[in-house]
Amino acid sequence: MTTTEHKPHTSPEIGGLGHSRRRVEDARFIEGRGNYVDDITLPGMLHMAIHRSPLAHARIISIDTSAAEAVDGVVAVVTGELLAGYNLAWMPTLSGDTQAVLATDKVRFQGQEIAAVIATDRYVAQDAARLVEVEYEDLEPIVNPQRALEEDAVLIRDDKEDQTSNLCFEWESGDKTATDEAFAKADKIVSLETHYPRSHPAPLETCGIVADVDSATGQATLYMTSQAPHAHRTVFALVAGLAEQNIRIVSPDLGGGFGNKVPVYPGYVVATAASLVIGQPVKWVETRTENLISTGFARDYYMKGELAVTNDGKILGLKVDMLADEGAFYADAQPSKFRAGLFHIVTGSYDYPAAYVTTRGAYTNKAPGGVAYRCSFRVTEASYLIERLVQNAAYELGLDPAEFRSSNFIQADQFPYHSPTGFVYDSGDYETAMRKAMDMVGYADIQAEKEQARKEGRLVGIGMASFTEVVGAGHGEDYDIIGLKMFDSAELRVHPTGKAILKLGVKSQGQGHETTFAQIVAEELGIPAGDVKVVEGDTDNTPYGLGTYASRSTPVAGAATAVISRKLREKAKKIAAHLLEASEEDLEWETGKFFVAGDPESSVSIQDIAFAAYTNPPPDLEAGLEGVHYYDPPNMTYPFGTYIVVVDVDPESGQWKVRRMIAVDDCGVKINPMIVEGQIQGGLTEGFAMSSMQHITFDETGNCLGSNFMDYLVPTAWETPRFELGETVTPSPHHPIGAKGVGESATVGSPAAYVNAVVDALQHMGVTNIEMPMSADRVWHAMQENSGG
Amino acid sequence: MYPSKFDYLAPETLEEALAVLAERGDEVKILAGGQSLIPMMKLRFAEPATLLDINRIPGLDAIDIQNGHVRVQALARHADVVRSAVIKEENDLMAGAAPWIADPIVRNLGTVCGSLAHHDPEGDWASVMLALDAEVVAVSKEGVTHFHPGADGTQHTGGTRVISIQDFLVDMFTTSLYPTELLTEVRVPRYERGGGNYQKLERKVGDYATVGVATHIELGDDDRITKAGIALTSVYAHNLKVTDAETALVGQAPSDELFAEAGRIASAACDPASDTRGSAEYKRHIVGLFTERSLAESLKIAQGGQS
Amino acid sequence: MNITVTVNGTAHTADVEPRLLLVDFIRTNLGLTGTHIGCDTTSCGVCTVLIDGTPVKTCTMFAVQANGRSVTTVEGLKQNGELSAIQQAFREHHGLQCGFCTPAMMLVGTALIEENPDPTEDDIRWAISGNLCRCTGYMNIVKSIEAAAETTREGASS
Repeated sequence: MTTTEHKPHTSPEIGGLGHSRRRVEDARFIEGRGNYVDDITLPGMLHMAIHRSPLAHARIISIDTSAAEAVDGVVAVVTGELLAGYNLAWMPTLSGDTQAVLATDKVRFQGQEIAAVIATDRYVAQDAARLVEVEYEDLEPIVNPQRALEEDAVLIRDDKEDQTSNLCFEWESGDKTATDEAFAKADKIVSLETHYPRSHPAPLETCGIVADVDSATGQATLYMTSQAPHAHRTVFALVAGLAEQNIRIVSPDLGGGFGNKVPVYPGYVVATAASLVIGQPVKWVETRTENLISTGFARDYYMKGELAVTNDGKILGLKVDMLADEGAFYADAQPSKFRAGLFHIVTGSYDYPAAYVTTRGAYTNKAPGGVAYRCSFRVTEASYLIERLVQNAAYELGLDPAEFRSSNFIQADQFPYHSPTGFVYDSGDYETAMRKAMDMVGYADIQAEKEQARKEGRLVGIGMASFTEVVGAGHGEDYDIIGLKMFDSAELRVHPTGKAILKLGVKSQGQGHETTFAQIVAEELGIPAGDVKVVEGDTDNTPYGLGTYASRSTPVAGAATAVISRKLREKAKKIAAHLLEASEEDLEWETGKFFVAGDPESSVSIQDIAFAAYTNPPPDLEAGLEGVHYYDPPNMTYPFGTYIVVVDVDPESGQWKVRRMIAVDDCGVKINPMIVEGQIQGGLTEGFAMSSMQHITFDETGNCLGSNFMDYLVPTAWETPRFELGETVTPSPHHPIGAKGVGESATVGSPAAYVNAVVDALQHMGVTNIEMPMSADRVWHAMQENSGG
Repeated sequence: MYPSKFDYLAPETLEEALAVLAERGDEVKILAGGQSLIPMMKLRFAEPATLLDINRIPGLDAIDIQNGHVRVQALARHADVVRSAVIKEENDLMAGAAPWIADPIVRNLGTVCGSLAHHDPEGDWASVMLALDAEVVAVSKEGVTHFHPGADGTQHTGGTRVISIQDFLVDMFTTSLYPTELLTEVRVPRYERGGGNYQKLERKVGDYATVGVATHIELGDDDRITKAGIALTSVYAHNLKVTDAETALVGQAPSDELFAEAGRIASAACDPASDTRGSAEYKRHIVGLFTERSLAESLKIAQGGQS
Repeated sequence: MNITVTVNGTAHTADVEPRLLLVDFIRTNLGLTGTHIGCDTTSCGVCTVLIDGTPVKTCTMFAVQANGRSVTTVEGLKQNGELSAIQQAFREHHGLQCGFCTPAMMLVGTALIEENPDPTEDDIRWAISGNLCRCTGYMNIVKSIEAAAETTREGASS
């Protein structure tokens, strides 16, 4: 597959693929008329606040709610004991584990939910929640996975009958024998041990729900911060025992998600149960602290990678061993079959015959999660490890990291490429993307400047990452979440006047679906994008889908939209033949109309066809121009690119600053280039955040040290680098419109580039690794340890 | 998160405010900018019974020159300092430090005096004022006996007290202010030929200092240092004035070696803790480095004729 | 306590608890939900409004403090049915994604342009550094404010 130029096929009035169409959704947001969960107020609505554990690990001796109940305005106090009466004290996680809704036996992480106060006012609810009194018996807090797996470590999950240790999962991929053989042939083994720190997606809108259960009819309407409303409806049906047809989940505007709004959280379940029992709507919206200490964390992988290489710069094989800190409940939102997500994409953009990946996860006394934070199920960790390893290998071999990459890249003519861990990469041209980025940054000049800078007492570094992502999970045979196959859907209705409504199973959190998915319909049917309304996030009004995360909206729901549009076009052709009194075989399609071959004057527009579909359908054809398609992706898509970072490091203080940040992305065919750019810029910022400041740590008692935005650092406009974007376009061969998805590439690919740049600046001192986030302190220590003082 | 309930009073005269303080100062928190107090109340670290909002008292927001001092009154916001022509003209250290305080929106409400009265050891203004040998002015209702709960038997009969900043800043979150007193201004001496500078290592805008170093020097006609101020943020139990380093500078001709020596003294004097911002060893190193850098910058300003 | 606050030109009188945060007064009492809440520590800035023209974080101010003052929220940006320059610029330059930080960003941008009609990129980045965005990487927010400043200057000179 070659890199191709893509120009729009349609006019700006139609606004199909490739147009930087201005966003439809902005109209409400710029007037402050977005409708987020906390903006919803229902008559008689009560407010919920949660009492949480201050301790990381302790046995609950008693819970006294009397003082809380006595507060004026309190309607009810819910405990786990009460929920147990409804069989709701525990719920399933998305990884097939169980999680306490409200703790009854033990608390297993600081911030765990113990009791919930329902009151007439949000302030009163919080007042009362503080008055719940819990008596504890302290247990040893397990605050890292290494300790968790020691023989004498206290058992965290003593609630599970078969659980005899804190081991949560073990999983492997690749071929051990072949890899051992490859390693035996190697001239050098380059290894790197590193920790991808615990992080949190922290969308600016926290999680929340307004649960409205009608006790008379049993109808439950749940306004929820949900990236996957249909899957959540099914989980609710399974957890709460409610009839699924009586559950309507509405996910309104979301103030960002980034994976945080994929899991089902205890607060949702308690608010729903409370509404059911009390018979009034109940609102629960997290505080920022609750968001950071209790809902879906990300990363926290301890990784050891070894790369077997020859002296002339060829990679022969890769071994990886990974230990995950999973927190108290194994709640990764990921395909069931893959216990460490898609971490085995760790072989990266390089061609070598053998790889062997072993993974384990351990329970610890920390919040559960393991969500795919702007990432396709642990691809971020994988990409980071291989791109760091490759740079270190180049140094060890005395080669330029770019040239080392180049001589090991999977070549453009090798696609579809079967990777040693079982992936089939769809298309790529890594060399071209890398050279483009190198040209943009002036690679040779920077390399030359490094020498000169050192003489002047300055430190300059240049680092690169040539990442490959794997997104759009995935084919139903291999990919499911709690048994639900990972298809997605689109329902398209073309109305008599030629206007259309498109209903999707996915859910935008800011990605601009209302704009971009209309463009796909415009491309395929020639209906102006402005005439296509896109509806998402209401399970009563959209077809079933698995939701938006792991960059799957464009690869899966986008494909579904293209396919249903094409199906309707086939039907439209029959109607056109009827209207033009021609045979179908004689008709040709040009954006927006069918015409008789050789007689362009004899044509009928899609709008006229739509009208006829309802007013004058052919006698042998069903009326209407509507349909739904469930798309089962035949494979995933593999976006890729090269990111290059240039940094200046202060040799005295360890402070570093990004001078240049170049990002060349290839996400296949772009639906809306403006939105693609916005996605990349956002992702690059999150990559910068993780590499420079953003992480959650715990002290030895399990006390969370990143529990608010004073301690969990999100970069502002002032620190954030200016990005320079470039592109190549290599369409996906199996996707109906050749698109690959882009929402997460930059988060996945960029952290290694930032770290590689700072390590590069210090490499002459012997520095081979600096852990993220690269605080000035860590950079300074790296220099001290390697420069002899 | 929400604060506990409290009574709210917003007097429109200083006399009224002082009367409230005289009556029940020990249960009152004064609300000026509220940018430290309200977050603490929301987290329920502070639960005052009464909030005394002084924002409606006129004539308390000046930044001006009075009796040889630059005066910053109780309701002058950080942003007012950033924008003040008087500060720009008169005091390089204050001008240099103001943009480092919190973030631009917080600066619109937060006050210099409030920050001093709060005395968070991670606050920047206290270091600035220690380096500048500032004084604060506290007033209380006259003719009433005021007791200080912290110091045994300490009392006075009200009126105006002028307190040196060193006497004012007692310990972290503790000042020598009586509960019945209102801090109405901070003032720093004017100088002829001098310069000042604030260096802050922060991880992002809005972060507290990992390390902050405030320096101020004045030069005589012979180009020797006639006065020096050095104070540190976030590296001791409270903001730390490094008197030894100041003494080492006074009377000397400025030089890189001299500033390096001052850096070494400051580095030895501090006692930072290891935390998520950095190791103690690193912070100590930064104190030395930033003291040196800050003094060099202050000198450059002083020599540039800026006063 | 009885307070009267002028919001977007309309005076609102209400009896409120002293501890009611201004952001909750705006959102709950007045139903103006374009002002958002994103943290507990005065860090994120999504609750920013203009008080007498100055940006203030309303999660760190009590409603009673706003008694007698004039507040502008995002709902007040549109004048006489016309989107303001900054609203148009945010849309034109893709200055928003999820929309949660957007009202605050637009208000801070408005105040900046009022004070400094020709801000540099650094001026803009500095001015919005008390406001977080998780989606955009700020580049298009900066571009939007630059463009709004330009439109405003052109409007003033024509």
